[in-house]
Amino acid sequence: MARSKKISVDRRGFLKGAAAGAAAGAAALVVKPEAAKAQEAAEVHRPATPNPLPGAKQTASETAPPPRVDVWTTDRPGSDFMVDVIKTLGFEYVAANPGSAFRGIHESLINYGGNKMPELLTCCHEESSVAMAHGYYKIEGKPMMVMAHGTVGLQHASMAIYNAYADRVPVYLLLGNIQDGAWRRSDVEWAHSVQDAAAMVRDYTKWDDSPVSLGGFAESAVRAYKIAMTPPMEPIVIVADAVLQEEPLADADRAKLQIPKLTLASPPAGDYGAVKEAAKMLVNAENPVLLAGRVARTPEGINLMIQLAETLQAPVIDLHFRMNFPTAHPLYGAGSVNDADAILALEVPDIWFSTHTQTPVNKMGMASKRITKPGAKVITIFAGDLYGKSNYQDFGRYDEVDLAIAADAQATLPLLIDECRKLITPERKAVIQGRAAKLAEASRRNRERDIEQAAWAWDASPVSTARMAAELWNQIKTEDWSLVSDLTFVSNWPGRLWDFEKPYHFIGGHGAYGVGYGAPAAVGAALANKKHGRISVNIQCDGDLNYAPGVLWTAAHHRIPMLNIMHNNRAYHQELMYVEDMAARARRGVDRAKIGTAIEDPNIDYAMMAKAYGMFSEGPIDNPNDLGPAIKRAIEVVKKGEPAMIDVVTQPR
Amino acid sequence: MKRIFLFAAFSAAAIFPAMCQTGDPANGKKLFARDGCYECHGYAGQGGAAGARIAVIGLNAQGLIRYVRAPAGAMPAYTDKVITDQELTDVWAYLQSLPKAKPAKDIPLLNALEHK
Repeated sequence: MARSKKISVDRRGFLKGAAAGAAAGAAALVVKPEAAKAQEAAEVHRPATPNPLPGAKQTASETAPPPRVDVWTTDRPGSDFMVDVIKTLGFEYVAANPGSAFRGIHESLINYGGNKMPELLTCCHEESSVAMAHGYYKIEGKPMMVMAHGTVGLQHASMAIYNAYADRVPVYLLLGNIQDGAWRRSDVEWAHSVQDAAAMVRDYTKWDDSPVSLGGFAESAVRAYKIAMTPPMEPIVIVADAVLQEEPLADADRAKLQIPKLTLASPPAGDYGAVKEAAKMLVNAENPVLLAGRVARTPEGINLMIQLAETLQAPVIDLHFRMNFPTAHPLYGAGSVNDADAILALEVPDIWFSTHTQTPVNKMGMASKRITKPGAKVITIFAGDLYGKSNYQDFGRYDEVDLAIAADAQATLPLLIDECRKLITPERKAVIQGRAAKLAEASRRNRERDIEQAAWAWDASPVSTARMAAELWNQIKTEDWSLVSDLTFVSNWPGRLWDFEKPYHFIGGHGAYGVGYGAPAAVGAALANKKHGRISVNIQCDGDLNYAPGVLWTAAHHRIPMLNIMHNNRAYHQELMYVEDMAARARRGVDRAKIGTAIEDPNIDYAMMAKAYGMFSEGPIDNPNDLGPAIKRAIEVVKKGEPAMIDVVTQPR
Repeated sequence: MKRIFLFAAFSAAAIFPAMCQTGDPANGKKLFARDGCYECHGYAGQGGAAGARIAVIGLNAQGLIRYVRAPAGAMPAYTDKVITDQELTDVWAYLQSLPKAKPAKDIPLLNALEHK
């Protein structure tokens, strides 16, 4: 701060001199606050009945030489340098709901920075900004920058940050804050300032800093990027002080500033000895199973998963946190934890829930039971073991395992695959290959069963989620498509009926199940898909959209092509089921669970909502036979580069 | 697991004599919606991630009653204080009255999936 104040004094002295010499000629962009107050006071004290003729004072003000005033201008504010730093990090976009605490950077980005790399995305809520960055990362594989007020903006953003944290997604959050009380223009700016801006999200961000100089900003900004991108990846926070943003930066001082080179850390691979031990357990197992959590960070991750599964002829149980494994592969979903004698959990944050059941949940209390076979070996490769925090409990329940490798799973897979191959003797190869046909048959039967199950309620109204998924698939299967929403709330029907194969075919889920993530994450992912010409499909839950529907406008405004299909079950349905459960337990009022959980009376017209935000829309559709043609029409709109929405009144799940 | 438990219970129940095999499907439909059965099992009893398919299953009314009173898995127990045996019989009658699914091969979109 000492440096900042020194610059401030020097600047004022310089500008006063300039004003005295050429007040009229100077580009007076900002009037001093004192002058502004004087103007406001004059306005307040004017006569109730205006005099049609100008008074002596006004005449003098218009004809006399202008009084000497101090002006605040600069050709090079500190925020220009901040933009120089930001540009070195290669962001394509910065998402923001505008806020005075970062007005300096905002102006520098659009004028000095030319609104390119990054381009500013106008968001209607900070939760949308962060969730857009969340979804964008899952397609693009690199962070989006988000700007927000250090106070009210961050408060809005916080749930979305927690989702990203739990989902191991890097979000680059730049907060504005006016640290120096003397710099704050009004009571509003006092209310919008904070001593330690990052404090409220420190429990669910990986790193933060509040640099007090521009040099410090450069170093911290680059360091933050590196930290965010090192597994386990997480959101980070940099606080950009308003004085640093708005104070001028003399050319001589700019020349002294350095922007450090960014070198990303290589992701941590597992210890060689531990990986060899894991390979031994897997190769010698009769029924190994692979549990896939957040494994595939890049397209190569899917290839490695295929290699490992095929090397071992081990079925893959995908927990759908990421696009990990092709759904049409004969090893997809063909086994179970119950039957396995070796279980390899790859980036599974809550392995306990895969190795246990909690039964019976229909009685008071919660008894748990381990479902693995006696003697079954459990191996974990989990970057979360390298880093953790205690307050928020997303780390899940502690589980007993036989070998825990603290490492990034994808980075460890090449070594693990090699070790497995080395250990496979001709005898083991025969055993391994011997189970291939059985697993392929099990996978085929699973799919057949799913298809038969999809036929139930095929013609029902409201539309079944299976029918909705099948109608969608029929329209997109020949396109280059990307599902930019989760599977959880539609009984996983796309996962059961569609062929997921490419890295961008699926983006996974919320992370922390914080509702309100869906719509903005889909918009962010669709934005990343835009330059590739992909058809982004968002199956959008109604309750989720109502948190911050303004993101529909963001999609329309920025011409983000995406097909939004409303899963309009007219309820916060998970909560409806929970309240029903509680009522049944309490043996009363099972007919009243809709109170406080249903979203009806009146029903929300999402097609009308989308239109209001400037988006093509159709619906509500409750006749399943109308759905296919509507999807076709909407895809035509999407192919022209616009977003579209179809409101479908659906079965609950 | 949930589905396995459910069918195991249903199969066991099926050996009990049918004590009350008549019910009012129209009233059962109302109760199915009113008391929240649809929330997990779908309006058409088709099932989903939250609950098993219960439309047109090989289960008599008594079996349904027994299961609802002491269910397995995630389903809460519904006692006779919140839904009577007769009301459950009506629900059973409604579930039996629902149309069976067509074979997937007779639905073009699903048939295309089978032969992809």
